Amino acid sequence: MSPTWVAILVAAAGCYGLKLLGVSVPQRALAHPVAQRVADLIPVGLLAALVAVQVLASGHALTLDARLVALGAAVVLLLLRAPFLVVVFGAAAVAALVRLWW
Amino acid sequence: MVEVRAKRASKPVVDSLGVGVATGAYGVSFGAVATASGLDVAQACALSLLVFTGASQFAFVGVVAAGGAPLTGSLTALLLGSRNLFYGAALAPRLGLRGWRRLAAAQVVIDESTAMGLGQPDPRATLTAFHLTGWSVFVLWNLMTLLGAVGGTALGDPRTLGLDAAVGAAFLALLWPRLTAWPQRVVALLGAATATGLVPWTPAGVPVIAGGALAVAVGVALARRGSGDAS
Repeated sequence: MSPTWVAILVAAAGCYGLKLLGVSVPQRALAHPVAQRVADLIPVGLLAALVAVQVLASGHALTLDARLVALGAAVVLLLLRAPFLVVVFGAAAVAALVRLWW
Repeated sequence: MVEVRAKRASKPVVDSLGVGVATGAYGVSFGAVATASGLDVAQACALSLLVFTGASQFAFVGVVAAGGAPLTGSLTALLLGSRNLFYGAALAPRLGLRGWRRLAAAQVVIDESTAMGLGQPDPRATLTAFHLTGWSVFVLWNLMTLLGAVGGTALGDPRTLGLDAAVGAAFLALLWPRLTAWPQRVVALLGAATATGLVPWTPAGVPVIAGGALAVAVGVALARRGSGDAS
């Protein structure tokens, strides 16, 4: 089995395990304020890091290219309260246009 | 949970199906992005079927596309999926699930089903909204992933279509509704800066995990200082 498949199955087992544990443990067990605070911030830190890496990294180099223009377009669309799909494919269209002309 | 805005639903059936359709539809972007990142159609579909928690799936393909070790992708997916643990704990007393029903329901504990479920006035409506939202997202998300993956493969080079840039936009769109208060905004800025700074020096995947670790550190520090009411 390829490493990618192994990783997919590990992610699947782990993510299901977390969901099942959540509906199985007593609510009090997770009510600790530190746990709540951390659980609220983890997705924020991870997603922000993912945005940065996805837009700026090319291997181990940092580059400014069409992806950054596309991210700017995504910000504008989000400010205009556009739906998720419009933001994602709008950004893709902007990147494609930039690459066509630049 | 603080990050899920509870939606007051006067008509849980219609509202739940609406959320299901709207959310399931963007499975097409996951399918397209996954194949653009180098996964094959079967792998994209397996992620939607078995992992079934959108942000974790996008994170997995993001890390793998950046050249990270696949297991680093799994770790990132697990860290993002940890919020479902807290969703489940909040839902469980209202759902009262036992046996195989609990095993099945666990798979559809996600952002949308939690928000719709917790927004209902009584346990009966909670059960209806949770299941309808969860399973309509599940069915559509998987169908649309297949569509996006097949379409993405057929369309050729993802770069000409800008699909590589769509990944960053997807992460930003997932992040955006969470930036409700200053602790979140500060963590987002610091997380992005830390990850950017680490890109040249660490194996791919590590900068992303570092963003998560930073969030844990800030969260512990804030909770210790007793400013846990800021969100």
